[in-house]
Amino acid sequence: MREYHLNYTKDRLAAPLPIWRAHVDRDQWVATAGEIASRGGRLVSLWSVERGAGTPVRGVCAAYAGDAGLLWVELESTDDSPTYPDLTQSFACANRMQRAVADLSDMHAEAAPDTRPWLDHGLWGINAHPLRHGPLDPPVSTGEGSGAYPFVRVAGDGVHEIAVGPVHAGIIEPGHFRFSVVGEKVLRLEEHLGYTHKGIERRFLDLPPMTAHRLAGRVSGDSTVAYCWAYCMALESVCDVEVPDRARWLRALMLERERVANHLGDLGALGNDAALAFGLAQFSRLREDWHRLSCEVFGHRFMMDAIEPGGLARDVGPAALDRLRSQCDAVGREVRALRLIYDDHAGLQDRFIGAGRVTPELAARLGLTGLAGRASGQVGDLRCDQPWEPYRQLGARRCTRQEGDVAARVAVRFDEVFESLRLQHELCANAPAGRVRHSLTLPAQAAAGAGWIEAWRGEVFVALEIDSEGRIVRCHCHDPSWQNWPVLEHAIIGNIVPDFPLINKSFNLSYSGHDL
Amino acid sequence: MWSILKQIARVGVVTEGPPPVNDAWRIEVARIHEDILAVLGRALAIRQVDAGSCNGCELEIQALNNPYYNIEGLGIRFVASPRHADLLLVTGPVSRHMEEALRRTYDATPAPKLVVAVGDCGCTGGIFGESYASCGSVANVIPVNVAVPGCPPAPIEILRGILTAVNAARPTRSL
Repeated sequence: MREYHLNYTKDRLAAPLPIWRAHVDRDQWVATAGEIASRGGRLVSLWSVERGAGTPVRGVCAAYAGDAGLLWVELESTDDSPTYPDLTQSFACANRMQRAVADLSDMHAEAAPDTRPWLDHGLWGINAHPLRHGPLDPPVSTGEGSGAYPFVRVAGDGVHEIAVGPVHAGIIEPGHFRFSVVGEKVLRLEEHLGYTHKGIERRFLDLPPMTAHRLAGRVSGDSTVAYCWAYCMALESVCDVEVPDRARWLRALMLERERVANHLGDLGALGNDAALAFGLAQFSRLREDWHRLSCEVFGHRFMMDAIEPGGLARDVGPAALDRLRSQCDAVGREVRALRLIYDDHAGLQDRFIGAGRVTPELAARLGLTGLAGRASGQVGDLRCDQPWEPYRQLGARRCTRQEGDVAARVAVRFDEVFESLRLQHELCANAPAGRVRHSLTLPAQAAAGAGWIEAWRGEVFVALEIDSEGRIVRCHCHDPSWQNWPVLEHAIIGNIVPDFPLINKSFNLSYSGHDL
Repeated sequence: MWSILKQIARVGVVTEGPPPVNDAWRIEVARIHEDILAVLGRALAIRQVDAGSCNGCELEIQALNNPYYNIEGLGIRFVASPRHADLLLVTGPVSRHMEEALRRTYDATPAPKLVVAVGDCGCTGGIFGESYASCGSVANVIPVNVAVPGCPPAPIEILRGILTAVNAARPTRSL
């Protein structure tokens, strides 16, 4: 954190990436956000914590990313109804995270521009703040919590609303979209999420740290490897243990396999949403081959629970690595052929080009991150930005576009598939020999750790605190969808309603990873 | 167009046989058609409802549409409204926030109103259990005909669950 003018003590956590932690006062809380925003850094996550019985200490935490790594700051309070300075002036994406903190922990940002509930639909019980200590009120029996949500109304001649969801007309996750339209043109989209909130962060408190990676692996099923690795990285950081080199390489191999599986699925679905069913048939066939080999080699089609605290659940033999490598070659050939077909298909390109455009300026202002960010001129990719193994050694290359439309998000996916296949080839060929697991011992005193991973959708972050009894005090999981959902509301403006499924799919954001 | 046709011809047909129902090993496609026809008199229409899952089960249900499983070839298709559906394919755990939507979806579904719960969470609440935010299993909210375990269950197991529900709903079985 040398590059920032922040004059307070920061402790470096024992983690493979540079992650720093600090306690700050109110002035420093505000100054940190301003300094990082002015230097082009980004807000990764914002969450709350509560420690100790009796008169508990409550705090609000923020994680920022810059070239020098990740900075985790905490502002503590012993007030009965603690508040903290609002961050939305520096980072627009803080808005929904602050609303979630208010719902879950009853800690409020001062003079925040939007104080509507976000994750709380009014069904958890009277005054239930599930991340506060102590028992919760019984849930409200049933009702229509979302019906009361105060959507912003658009007035004017010919304006009408289309309400979609929470049950969507496909095999996808639930959420509510409220379109205000004139004719078929969208004037405004407002999202209402939280439908898949199932109490994951409170559930963590019931689980032993050594087995809670299974819950982390179910935060978002399409990113199970990334979350499981991020949780394990956080726990290993708590225990101050480094995993064996071979385990790092094979974890990266799984993360890259997860990336390609999702990109293959999305490329097929995007073709299908633009009426090229051929694309779905071809890419879903490749994806099925991919999952079947993952199941043979790693024991699970999505590689769930294949990463464990300290390393891996099992090693992968040389014959299996050869099979993975030849699959990379075969899939690379097929995807190259399919890319030519996509690029040459006039009907497809007509739908892709110009749809759902997010300019680089807007992306920077709103904090668009991950894959969608890279399609709008944002360069962040932890695999390239931070010096961690094995990515440093492999020289991972970033894939970016400036156009910011559906076509750009398709192009970044194609480019990332080829780069990821190259990385996997190297990972299979040069994985160092040795064991794949070290044993972990929880420290005798309270400790904190963090995990930070470039998942296929963007950066996943896990903040973990363990008390002196070896119990989880807090495990916060952050999905990049928090940053990107609000930008989707902008991407659709001026487009027509029938293009929404295509534009939405081109972002492919997580509901479960966001709602927790 | 030429390159599309070439790719289609090169790949050929990759569709595999459907899974066995219950203990009978390998049922014929014709038999599946017959079961579906006996229950419904036409193709089987499924409405999928994600009632709070992690999205893992949805990925495997989507995979049923890939050419290896080719469920449309068996006379099964996914529809966009419960009012068009014979069977609800529901993943869980059912979140408090989806409880009402799931009940309403069930109420909107006409007979035979079959329900297949998918995944460990749909069967029992899974790792999320029951809490302030989770109602747990699908059966805690609506009646369930068949529950398919697995985290997530493989596509072939989900298909087996669907066919088992149809099979069980058949009025009389001629053996």
